[in-house]
Amino acid sequence: MDDTAGPAWQRRLMVGLLLAPALLWLFALIVLPHVDLALLSFRERTAPREYVTSLAQYRTFFGEPLYWHIFVRTAVMSLVSTTLTLLIAFPVAWTIAKLARGRLGTLLFIVCLIPFWVSETVRTLGWMILLRESGVLPGLLVHLGITTVPVELLYHDATILVGLVYTSLLFMVVPLVSSLESLDNSLIEAAYDLGGNGLSILRQIVIPHALPGITAGCIVVFMLTLGNYLTPTLLGGTSSQWFTEQIYTQFITRFNWEQGAAFGFLLLALSTSMVWLGLKLSGQRFSDVMRRT
Amino acid sequence: MSATAAAPDLEVDRAIKRFGEHTAVDALSFSVARGSFFSILGPSGCGKTTLLRMIAGFIQPDEGDIRIGGRSMRGIAPNRRPVNMVFQQLALFPMMSVGENVAFGLARRGVARAERTRKAEAMLERVGLGGAARKKVDELSGGQRQRVAIARSLVLEPTLLLLDEPLGALDLKLREHMKIELKQLQAAFGTTFVYITHDQSEALVLSDHVGVMNRGRFEQLGTPQQLYYEPATPFVAGFVGANNRIVGRATSVAGSDVVVTTPEGWAIRARASAPVAAGAAVEAFVRPEAATLARSAAELPAGQPGHTGEVESLLFDGANSAVLLREAATRFEFRIALPQTGRYADLKVGELIHFSFEPARAACFPAGAAHG
Repeated sequence: MDDTAGPAWQRRLMVGLLLAPALLWLFALIVLPHVDLALLSFRERTAPREYVTSLAQYRTFFGEPLYWHIFVRTAVMSLVSTTLTLLIAFPVAWTIAKLARGRLGTLLFIVCLIPFWVSETVRTLGWMILLRESGVLPGLLVHLGITTVPVELLYHDATILVGLVYTSLLFMVVPLVSSLESLDNSLIEAAYDLGGNGLSILRQIVIPHALPGITAGCIVVFMLTLGNYLTPTLLGGTSSQWFTEQIYTQFITRFNWEQGAAFGFLLLALSTSMVWLGLKLSGQRFSDVMRRT
Repeated sequence: MSATAAAPDLEVDRAIKRFGEHTAVDALSFSVARGSFFSILGPSGCGKTTLLRMIAGFIQPDEGDIRIGGRSMRGIAPNRRPVNMVFQQLALFPMMSVGENVAFGLARRGVARAERTRKAEAMLERVGLGGAARKKVDELSGGQRQRVAIARSLVLEPTLLLLDEPLGALDLKLREHMKIELKQLQAAFGTTFVYITHDQSEALVLSDHVGVMNRGRFEQLGTPQQLYYEPATPFVAGFVGANNRIVGRATSVAGSDVVVTTPEGWAIRARASAPVAAGAAVEAFVRPEAATLARSAAELPAGQPGHTGEVESLLFDGANSAVLLREAATRFEFRIALPQTGRYADLKVGELIHFSFEPARAACFPAGAAHG
């Protein structure tokens, strides 16, 4: 039919126009820089202004134990931080989704959101004020007689984890709340009625139902943590040994863009493979999970 | 079970539940005999769901006691009661297969895997779903899900099975079918069923005994026949089955024989189901099938006061067909069931016709008695 061709053609143009800003953004800010970075990472400077294509940057990474160590450490710390965030966020999300009714639920949600009204830098500096040797918490510990002298609470791995969990909590709570809200209360009652107890209901009913939300939250939090620069640097100081710092150092301090680009791609590969592994282990499909975020 | 055969499976003893100012269940007492099908029938908001949830253990009564199998359930959590519930939306676990759903309760009791698989499959076989154990819940039809929900509870051999309007979500045809199936299942298993519904037809068809509930209390507790033929209150008369409600004054009272006169002046004879004073405001109820139609006054049964009506509309509904009349003098609306013989199938709108009913089948109550 001829008369359907017109509207269909118009519709396609409309969709194209609506998508244009997003596509432009995707291309200009994500695809283009990454193509350039990929090209950068595969070249080696042989003499001033002379470059050859090689795998030297990647070879350096695999040949230098320090880089390896920081890479693995960043991955493990991010995993630990994601797990802690999940464990802390789950009861919070349960309270918001199932226990708090109406305004109380909204209020709790806002409480989770409030820290994000200030910039990450200010938030992290707030932690430093609390935790540094002359800060609030060490002072309090001395005052209460728990320690005799103020202790330095900054620059420990635990401090980095605290900061990372704090920063990521909201991104875990949101998908968890939405997946728990969709859980029909009568399923919990039915399981209870059939003899289930808290633990078995959590394991067999709640977690299987919330799994897409859990996976979504974990993926987002893991990626944010892995790519975080500010929190590990400020709270961990020189001992933080975060991989993003290495990238920063290569680009800014050493002006070795080729090495920095290679590191960037290694981090991308790490986060991609971890997400893939997470999806495989939880038996979730990427599209289902992304709908939850 | 050590209880004797005569001991009721469920005894509710002056149970009270209040929500703030509102008393949802008001000092209710009743007992349900072993192996019987008991229904609680009432409009929404009458407190029947609260009552059922108290029996299941999800809500604690403020006062009174609930005994199941002779044992007080005070302070006993739902997962420790010998009671299982079929939920309104069935609440089958979508994350499990049909077999896992049925085996869930057995697993929680610590039954070994092989044993519970065998039991679950045997139970599915009994409800006519043999071989469905591996299916997913969403692969089943509405009626099959219903049976899984019942199987999931019955496999635990509860003293009492509670059913919370389980047919409410089904379409009409399936609902009619499941009614029969539920009755057959109950007969086959012999488990005591406590069923709540707002659908009087479900309650009448299924139950051995029905409690008609209104405002937290039972208006009447009896067999379906008693409720239908001898309603104890105007509420029951109005709620159970179709009825013509005739509101007026008792213009003459002689024993149980009452003459009810409507404000428009239509007078009928009725039987007092509760003490009625002469001159008092009353309401009488006449079932559509209690009245007889006749083309001439002479054909009406002897001894019944005759009335004349004009056909207002014909309501064809197969076996439930009826005619809506206006009483000739007062235009009072009156509904009469058409005989199954097909006689009067040729009635025309506007036609005048005679009708009568036995005064004994017109139940008369003092007006103002509680009704919803």
